[in-house]
Amino acid sequence: MAHDHSHGHPHDHGHGHQPHPFQPDLEETPLTHYQVMTQAVGDLLIDKGVFSAEELRAMLEAIDAKSPAAGARMVARAWVDDGFKARMLADVNAAAGELGIDAGGIPIRAVENTEGVHNVIVCTLCSCYPRLLIGLPPDWYKSRSYRSRTVREPRAVLAEFGTVLPEDVEVRVHDSTADLRYMVLPARPDGTEGWDEAALAGLVTRDCMIGVTLPKSPAA
Amino acid sequence: MSNERSEDGLLRRRHDMGGLPAGPVERNEHDYAPWEKRVDAILRLLADPKRGVLTVDELRRGIEELGPGAYDEMSYYERWIASVTNNLLEKGVITVDELGRRMAEVSAAWPAGTAEKS
Amino acid sequence: MSARFAVGETVTVRVAFPPGHVRTPFFVRGKTGRVTEVLGPYRNPEELAYGRSGEPALPLYRVIFDTADLWDDYQGAAQDTTVVDIYENWLEAP
Repeated sequence: MAHDHSHGHPHDHGHGHQPHPFQPDLEETPLTHYQVMTQAVGDLLIDKGVFSAEELRAMLEAIDAKSPAAGARMVARAWVDDGFKARMLADVNAAAGELGIDAGGIPIRAVENTEGVHNVIVCTLCSCYPRLLIGLPPDWYKSRSYRSRTVREPRAVLAEFGTVLPEDVEVRVHDSTADLRYMVLPARPDGTEGWDEAALAGLVTRDCMIGVTLPKSPAA
Repeated sequence: MSNERSEDGLLRRRHDMGGLPAGPVERNEHDYAPWEKRVDAILRLLADPKRGVLTVDELRRGIEELGPGAYDEMSYYERWIASVTNNLLEKGVITVDELGRRMAEVSAAWPAGTAEKS
Repeated sequence: MSARFAVGETVTVRVAFPPGHVRTPFFVRGKTGRVTEVLGPYRNPEELAYGRSGEPALPLYRVIFDTADLWDDYQGAAQDTTVVDIYENWLEAP
């Protein structure tokens, strides 16, 4: 992932042995053991020069800057441009670059929903997710229930999300076990002929890129 | 084979949960707290190939080795920071002594103190 | 990269239950599927997990299984499938 450290902001930390500035959740709340550990470990790594306070700050900003919107833009472009779609299916990271999106170095694969196939993504072993394209995953994606049941009873899990698929559609579950991350390229909803990309992107939710739902319908 | 395997908890490790029975997927979501994002940021910085302090594989292995209570008693990012810290100690990037002293300083400096239990 | 298996080939997941950082899920061990893609090579996560090099890097296979083959009591449709990314050291000829 590319880093740009030339922020040009003057800083006055006043290090010594002062704790680096807290990022308190609520100052009236006691810190938990692991919150204390988090603060201390980060401070020690900065003191030892493993990374700088500025690099940490920049990384936090980078984390906050990622959201499903980047994925939605790509899906919308794929819906209107067959060439882009083919390139996205071949290599999401490279295709993202065409739109000025930095999807990072870990390879992301898009799997396409068709009339006959509906794709769903899970990571049973941990919580692999295309974070560098669409941001941090929702709690439920990382939950015991989703990780356990999606491979065993995907249709029941999808039904909990309000998604019921016909019996003649193949539900294809992808378990992200290795270095690839997965996203679903959903099918373009009916009734969107002539829509521009921004409007189309508005139909693409995080959940439909995980595969637990379909995109929003134009009527909604 | 499959019936016997699925009953045998010794063969299946706790994090390897694909196919186990579980309840409904709870749809509640929480906004990530600043300390949680700090954990994520620390890991990304450490795992950046230009620093190469830790790999995601080491993070995952560290989580898998946290012990039986980890999934029931610890939250997602608590498991992460526990694993990161254990890895850093094992590699000698930080020492137990300095970590303990710094954690005590952090606790002492926090106006509301620290929770009795994590 | 010399890969042992080719796209379209039937493969069976090795049956073994070692401790350590294994990225082959329990639920596919001993199961038979078909290779849909050959990727990589990727360094072995089982070794990377201990700070070792993970080399030699391994081919990685996308293996598609009939979901009904994975579970005795599968309630979904007969044509449902499950795709898992499996490193070469966990695959054997059937």
